[in-house]
Amino acid sequence: MDKAAWQLDARLAGADELVIALGGRWCMAATLPSPDSVAPRLAADVRRVRFDATGLTDWDTGLLSFLGSILKTCAARGIAADTTGLPPGAQRLLAMALTVPEQRVPGRNNGPTGICAQVGTALIEFVRGMPAMLAFLGEITQSLGRLATGRARFRMRDLWLEIEEVGPRALPIVSVISFLVGLILAYLGADQLKMVGAQIFIADLVAIGMVREVGALMTGIIIAGRTGASFAAQLGTMQVNEEIDAFRTLGIAPVDFLVLPRILALMLMVPLLTLYAGFIGMLAGLLVSTTIFDIGVFEYYTETLRALELKHFLVGLAKGSVYGAMIAFAGCLRGMQCGRSAAAVGHAATSAVVTAILLITIAASVMTIVFYQLGI
Amino acid sequence: MSTTTHIEVRDLAMGYGDFVVQRGLDFVVNKGDIFVVMGGNGCGKTTLMRALVGLQRPLTGTVRFSGEDFWSAADEDRDQLKRRMGILFQGGALWSSLTLAENVALPLAEYTALTKAQVDEIVAFKLALVGLAGFEEFYPAELSGGMKKRAGLARAMALDPEILVIDEPSSGLDPLTARHLDELIVELRDSLGTTVVVVTHDLASILAIGDNSIFLDADTHTMIATGHPRDALQHGDPKVRHFLTRGGTA
Repeated sequence: MDKAAWQLDARLAGADELVIALGGRWCMAATLPSPDSVAPRLAADVRRVRFDATGLTDWDTGLLSFLGSILKTCAARGIAADTTGLPPGAQRLLAMALTVPEQRVPGRNNGPTGICAQVGTALIEFVRGMPAMLAFLGEITQSLGRLATGRARFRMRDLWLEIEEVGPRALPIVSVISFLVGLILAYLGADQLKMVGAQIFIADLVAIGMVREVGALMTGIIIAGRTGASFAAQLGTMQVNEEIDAFRTLGIAPVDFLVLPRILALMLMVPLLTLYAGFIGMLAGLLVSTTIFDIGVFEYYTETLRALELKHFLVGLAKGSVYGAMIAFAGCLRGMQCGRSAAAVGHAATSAVVTAILLITIAASVMTIVFYQLGI
Repeated sequence: MSTTTHIEVRDLAMGYGDFVVQRGLDFVVNKGDIFVVMGGNGCGKTTLMRALVGLQRPLTGTVRFSGEDFWSAADEDRDQLKRRMGILFQGGALWSSLTLAENVALPLAEYTALTKAQVDEIVAFKLALVGLAGFEEFYPAELSGGMKKRAGLARAMALDPEILVIDEPSSGLDPLTARHLDELIVELRDSLGTTVVVVTHDLASILAIGDNSIFLDADTHTMIATGHPRDALQHGDPKVRHFLTRGGTA
């Protein structure tokens, strides 16, 4: 490793000339000196700099970046630099790198950094995002209008594919979650109802709770994570590949072709999944009641039938539909708004899930209050 | 120019599953040459590139870099060999979550013992070399296609590779930008002695910078010409002349 070492020597030749002698091996693989070690020698009385590279055995960009930095310092201090002593290849590459004028790059605003400023910026961005959200809602409404009059252009095949993806393929996860939630509800109810000796009402609690409220909510959250994110990632990637622009140039509304089948699929499938979740939840309640709390199967069954009215199913189905629409809306909105990079696709997927869950929770609260007031 | 063999390809066949894209490839790339891989769309140019840089194992045959067998080497040895190559992908393949400076700095930070300041210095130098001085803090998404390509070249050159493999340098570039990139490639070869393998179907570029070439044929699934592109143009197989004259000679 003898020849691995670099040699650097700067000495004055004459009154105002500095000779920088370079020797040995100047490669990036080894450690290299910092240009700052020479910078002090380029003091005010030096007017010219010359290089002596006779001892140089090997070099790469390590040498060039070192020299580039020195040459820049020289230029800034008005010192004439003579590079003829350098290897010809190095001279040419240095000339190429240094003659390119530093381009005037548009100013980059990294944004305000204070906490107040950040909150303010976020708020302004949120408010600025509202028109886009409303415009997208408008586009979807128009698109639904075209669907109603039979003029919307999309392929039925896409709708069926989405339905399959959203519905049947979500059954396992919906089963597991709603079974466990039903079980939790049963335990929760058993504990409270025991105090008044009315454990049979576990059946009412689980049936009404699952069918009206929890089934839809859990399904909504599962589908938001599962399908909403997938919609945003799909559409976001299409945005990156300019596929959505390609639809626009063909005069096909991307909303018709891409968003409509997804919204329809979710509005159809989420209510069905909600019903299914309610059923599974009731099974869990039955299992817990009969095995742990000594309630007869037949008793539980008749109590459930007594408790469930048609309106509960309708409320559950309505909620399912609304949540489905909101998940599809959030997923497609974030996908269509996606930027043109891989990071943007990830951000779109995250944002779709957050938006969907937020919308679902708000809608759930509003609908629960409204239905209560209406006595449904 | 010296005529040391740098890359040696013997009886190479590549394909996907049962489908053989190219077979019987036999060629040598000399050190410091600009070697052009020509051929029409879908002839397997990019597949050959992937076999050369270690992204796709060939079906049969050997690839040797300075005598070292690439594909039968142990994984660590192959990684060592890979580090001696710089690759410019067709679309630039810049990491979109990193700035240009970070893109170029990543291999340097990973594989050299240089200080942060020195890495920054080298990054600035490389970006200046490709005409992107001042764009250090930009993200790839903020750049035009040509700028992405040049930035990709800066990243490929980050470690001063012995071999630079370039996929379609001029696709998507205007003729002047494409020519500037060609000049840059030639300059790098002249100054640093880099061996360059260029996969391209850009005629102007093939004739301007190629020292040696092969032509991959999509119909016969093998190479049908080797040599200097000018010779191929004058005396080559009719198919090659047809290609190099844009269908001028049938």
